[in-house]
Amino acid sequence: MSDQTASEAQTASGTLRNEETLTMVSAINQTLMAEMHRDERVMVFGEDVALSGGVFRATEGLLDEFGHERVVDMPLAEAAILGAAAGLAAGGMIPVPEIQFLGFSYQAMHQLAGQIARFRYRTQGRFSMGITIRVPFGGGVRTPELHSDSLEGQLANIAGLKIVTPATAADAKGLLTEAIRDPDPVVFLEPLRGYRGIKGPVPIGEHRVPFGKARWASPGDDVTIIAWSYQVEVAVRVSRQFAEQGISVGVLDLRSLVPLDIASIVAAVERTGRVVIVEEAVPTGGFAAEIMATINEHAFYSLEAPPIRVSGFDTPYPVGMFEDTYVPDVRRIEAAVNKLINAAP
Amino acid sequence: MASTLHNEDLVGMLCEMIKARIASDRLWSLQRQGRIGTIAPINGQEATVVGASWALDPDHDWVLPQYREPMGLGRYGPEILHRFAAWAIGHPQGGHIPEPLRVFPPQISLATQILHAVGLAWALKLRKEPGVALTFFGDGSSSEGDFYEAGNLAGVLEVPVIFLCSNNQWAISTPTSRQTAAAGFAAKAEAFGIPGVTVDGNDPLAVFEVVGAARDRALAGKGATLIEAVNYRLGAHTTADDPTRYVPADALAAAKERDPLIVFRRQLEDRGIWDQAMQTGAERAGERAIDDAWAWASNLPLHQTDLFDHVFATPTLRQQQQRNGLIEYLQGTP
Repeated sequence: MSDQTASEAQTASGTLRNEETLTMVSAINQTLMAEMHRDERVMVFGEDVALSGGVFRATEGLLDEFGHERVVDMPLAEAAILGAAAGLAAGGMIPVPEIQFLGFSYQAMHQLAGQIARFRYRTQGRFSMGITIRVPFGGGVRTPELHSDSLEGQLANIAGLKIVTPATAADAKGLLTEAIRDPDPVVFLEPLRGYRGIKGPVPIGEHRVPFGKARWASPGDDVTIIAWSYQVEVAVRVSRQFAEQGISVGVLDLRSLVPLDIASIVAAVERTGRVVIVEEAVPTGGFAAEIMATINEHAFYSLEAPPIRVSGFDTPYPVGMFEDTYVPDVRRIEAAVNKLINAAP
Repeated sequence: MASTLHNEDLVGMLCEMIKARIASDRLWSLQRQGRIGTIAPINGQEATVVGASWALDPDHDWVLPQYREPMGLGRYGPEILHRFAAWAIGHPQGGHIPEPLRVFPPQISLATQILHAVGLAWALKLRKEPGVALTFFGDGSSSEGDFYEAGNLAGVLEVPVIFLCSNNQWAISTPTSRQTAAAGFAAKAEAFGIPGVTVDGNDPLAVFEVVGAARDRALAGKGATLIEAVNYRLGAHTTADDPTRYVPADALAAAKERDPLIVFRRQLEDRGIWDQAMQTGAERAGERAIDDAWAWASNLPLHQTDLFDHVFATPTLRQQQQRNGLIEYLQGTP
């Protein structure tokens, strides 16, 4: 990929590091390439993934490398993509289907929730669904309707799916590698804004990041912002601004929602007593609400102020001219942090 | 193809049809006794299922049923009926059909299995394994989007799959005239670019022949076939249904005249390869088969904490916590 700066990047101090700087989409592309080389059962299919290399170019070059048998442009039918993935998995393949946008997954929800998520359970282990469903999601790029919806809360409410949400290029590689090697179905959520908007050092060679282990994107002692996917980037900006005022705001990047790193959430609450949870989704019944429930169950007495959600709103994901109001940004998160700081203990 | 059938095949087919009917009637009665949950009888569709299964090679070919057919899949071994009885009781092991049996468990979400069959056939093709995937579904399922998506995808991919639409004339209470305005269900193959065949689903030899031809075609790399097997649902949709509210009595009476168990028996008698003694023997064998299945299924051990097994290969921490909480609760210690 063109934005690969070096295969062996040199640090400021002049020592060679085993890292390269990549955008998130390049990290994803390289990981798909590597996993398809590693195991010939891995196959990529979806709408426009082969000839055009995907609408975000995440699958660019795969067709040339692996041919039409393993990199397949599918008829435009989401249920067919996921229903066929279930059959392929039962038949011994390792499918990595792409749903072009998460809002389109409604047209395959019966295959995702009703079939893929339950196959291992229904058959008591006879058929495992080692499927990695890659899906772009999230707002901020002025898409048409149903291209920006954040449905992670709905997906997390389906028992039998793992929900993975990388926020850095390195994690995109490490978590996607883990997803493809996982014997169970993983919905791998890729932030639209992050494909090229997130760039950073990525380890060269084998790199795996286990699910269910959150990451401190920035440490902090006064307030914790819990976030995932692109909102980690936004939260880190907020943290930097407060640091200039001498206020220490930590950012906990969950990395995966299912499985959830409960211990790190509890540790964060115990450390700061004040928590902001950020999501781009509809708040009612959403994943931020799930985290609040988790905090209440496991860390209630460590709270020094009621946790605050910064979410979308209880409206459908809106048209472009409302988008900047709908999607959480630095100012809304700042306001929530200030409210917690000013709250009486 | 039919010429390759020997007399023992014909006898075997009738035995399986009788076994399926007896199992179906027994499960109906067990439901009425409150010993199992809702069950969908196979009555009237035995020839379609048994005829199709006889054209398959259980060592290589897959069957993806809906929810009636497992009773007629004795060709794949007695284990299928054992597991089906467990499924009817509501035991989790009912959904586990062990290796190496190439049969999927019953499917409740109509037409979803048609796409699984396409995916499975695709895997067979990619892995260059000899074999086909045959999936059963009904006239009602042909109205689902998954049927069209599956037919279309199979046409494009040219995978070794057989779509077997068992048209029993009724989707619960909805007649075929309310499912489609097409000239039959096989006509829909035209839009997928695959062959469509209509066959008498009351004649196991006719079904055997068209499924065999579809299988030959699939194994030769020529792709999918849609088969409509026309039969008639002789019983209720399920134990929760009362067909006297909507099935015309005269139509049902006419269908009973064509009951595949009666018609096929008469054929074999005319050939001189079936008699009353064989009939009695087949009925006793059928009773034994469901007796065995019921005994096996109703003696399976079960622990309530098995509830959490097999959601994931490795349970999440949260599932482990819930399981531990359940154990404490069940033991009565807070």
